[in-house]
Amino acid sequence: MTVSERIVVRRGVAVARRAGPVRRNARATPYLFMAPYLVFFGIFILLPALYGIWISLHDYDYLLPHKPWTGLHNYVQLFTPGSRDSGDFWNSMIATGIFTAASVPFLVVCPLGVALLLNRVFPGRTFFRAVFFAPYVLGVAVVGLLFRYILDPNVGLVNYYLDKLGISHDIPWTTALPWTWISLVGMTVWWTLGFNAIIYLAGLQDIPRDLYEAAELDGAGKWRTFMSVTVPGLRPVMLFVVTVTVLASANMFGQSYLVTQGGPGHSTRTAIMYIAETGLRQFRQGIAAAMSYILAIVLLIISVMNFRFFRQKERY
Amino acid sequence: MSDPFSSNLSRRRFLTLTGAGGAALLLGACSSGSKSKAGSSLSAQATSSATGSASAVASQSGAASASASGLTYDGPSVTLAFWNGFTGGDEPFIKKVVDQFNSANPKINVKMNVYQWADFFQKLPAAVTSGSGPDVAAMHIDDIPTQAAQNVIVPIDDVAQALGLSADSFAPAVWQGGLYKGKRFGIPLDVHPLVYYYNKKVLSDAGLDPNKPPTNMNDYMAALDTLKGKGVQGHWMSPFQFTGGFTAQSLIWQYGGDVFDSQFTKATWDSDQAVQAITWCVDLVKKGYSPKNVGQDADYVAFKNNKNAFNWNGIWQINDLASTPGMQWGAMAIPHLGSQGGAWGNSHQFVVPRQLHADKDKQNAAKFFISWLGEHSLEWAKSGKIPAEKSVRDSAEFQQLQPEATIAQDLAEVHFPASVAGIGDALAKFYDAVNQAVLLKSDVASVLKSSASQATKIMQDNAKKYG
Repeated sequence: MTVSERIVVRRGVAVARRAGPVRRNARATPYLFMAPYLVFFGIFILLPALYGIWISLHDYDYLLPHKPWTGLHNYVQLFTPGSRDSGDFWNSMIATGIFTAASVPFLVVCPLGVALLLNRVFPGRTFFRAVFFAPYVLGVAVVGLLFRYILDPNVGLVNYYLDKLGISHDIPWTTALPWTWISLVGMTVWWTLGFNAIIYLAGLQDIPRDLYEAAELDGAGKWRTFMSVTVPGLRPVMLFVVTVTVLASANMFGQSYLVTQGGPGHSTRTAIMYIAETGLRQFRQGIAAAMSYILAIVLLIISVMNFRFFRQKERY
Repeated sequence: MSDPFSSNLSRRRFLTLTGAGGAALLLGACSSGSKSKAGSSLSAQATSSATGSASAVASQSGAASASASGLTYDGPSVTLAFWNGFTGGDEPFIKKVVDQFNSANPKINVKMNVYQWADFFQKLPAAVTSGSGPDVAAMHIDDIPTQAAQNVIVPIDDVAQALGLSADSFAPAVWQGGLYKGKRFGIPLDVHPLVYYYNKKVLSDAGLDPNKPPTNMNDYMAALDTLKGKGVQGHWMSPFQFTGGFTAQSLIWQYGGDVFDSQFTKATWDSDQAVQAITWCVDLVKKGYSPKNVGQDADYVAFKNNKNAFNWNGIWQINDLASTPGMQWGAMAIPHLGSQGGAWGNSHQFVVPRQLHADKDKQNAAKFFISWLGEHSLEWAKSGKIPAEKSVRDSAEFQQLQPEATIAQDLAEVHFPASVAGIGDALAKFYDAVNQAVLLKSDVASVLKSSASQATKIMQDNAKKYG
């Protein structure tokens, strides 16, 4: 087929459709394709985020007519020990940090194990895949209520059975440290494990079979195959899982809101909880916005470090 | 007051659910609950074609005067939006009253939206600012000042005047609670105090008289000792606002103290009386009359399972206990453990949200609705409340409603949250301190002192902010 013939054919199609061909390489094309999303992203994410900076520079209550400009006062307050919010805010940041540090390793490793198991061929595989994913479809309210009763120190099921087994009968799962963290991390792992497992599973199925065959021919054992084929093959997936899990854990709200009410004292009150309380209940949106920015910057730094870490490892 | 589980309504519903048993049930019920929370549950549309309704209206208007008074409504047909947070166990009762209203008053179609209280206080201000707020709403007495200061609700002195309502028609404290800066913003619907539940089975098993629960300090401690001798921890002390924080607050009043000074310039829960009151609560745990680390609602669950003899809890639990099979219980006003009476209480009040475009007919219809619901608050009281209106409280029908009617006799001892904007932010520090103290994490006097000084700082901030 010559060039001119091809043009004719294309013209013919164009005429039949009564419309010009899509100009895939025109300058505006990619932007036009992205436009619908960009519009929503701009209106609902970008603009509010920028407006938030403006809010954080005021003593802001959207219901009051007078919203005094305070400049960086809100930020200064948060970094001034002994001010109304600094102690509570940084404690909530620490609580968020503890939860993230404690939950992410489990949420990255356990689902990988589950995914490896579920990737094997065995009868009832689909059923078990559904079973592991099932808790994830529950709302946080359901999971929270469920665990509040399972873990209640005096009337809960867990302590009842521990007592029956003669181990212990009064572990304060929801009212004392460090048990509250163990409870919160445990329930979160149970609840969201399925999501990461499904992502890993998809990643595992993406690793070419011939790599495994080659490893087998080279006489690699199971562990060696896992370390040299599976883990490198999963690297992009793992970057995604780690990033998303860190962000999800740093945004933890419902579990401690429902199970421990941030207690004992405020030791499990996370940053998001404290920001919501300040902004939406005390109607101090200025300082709440300032807190959000500090949290966002911290998460940004962690995410960048995370990307760096995985990229370095890619050059092996 | 505004998180979903401290709302007495959702709490009670959830307790009922869990009382009913298995996890499957809990899951099913909760997932359906979360759906209805997201949407708005409209009350039945007024299909007021019933023949009986005409006569009902006739009898209403026969007893009343002109339409503007709010005691009748004879303008054109209108639709009123009524928002509230009466979820859970309260919802069927408020629905019933609104349905009755709709069928008795064909010209007014009340459409009700029920939210969780926590959502309510995010949605209402936003709706009002955008001009789509409801015509009538209900909220707690302590939310009124903040909402009034933020211009979400408007003064309704004229409504009270038109309806001929005054302090005499209500208990004085609850009527005063609807005021903010000398203007009336709330018209009381009900009162719901902390009350004293006693488990008759636990008492009689321990050899105590199940019909004569202790009502003073000596008897109370003697009963706790007897129960302890039988291996029963008689008063589970909750470290949470619901209802340990209310218990602690009631005792401060009983011991002659108060949580704030009379001008609301500072928190006073570090006074000697308050320290004494909270120490009593903490000693329940230290001396083994209560287990350590009582979880949220575990005190009440233990009470229902005959493991706890006394529970100071909201009057709203009455229906839940009444519907628990085999439960042998009684309820009365909080015992006098200090030198005087005193009990925490709150009140639901009607408010009128600000409208961008006033509609005279709707305003009149709203007045009539508020007055009608107040007069018919007996039906509402059956959800475990005390009617705010004196005439309803004195009615023979309410007097037959036990134990509510007996509890209502001590209404004068009920203390309501202060009518000061943003006071909830300060009071939160008190509940924190009680939590720390009852969980034995901090020394009573020092934790009360530091939390009171934090609260004072907050009150000063709020005074500046709300003016």
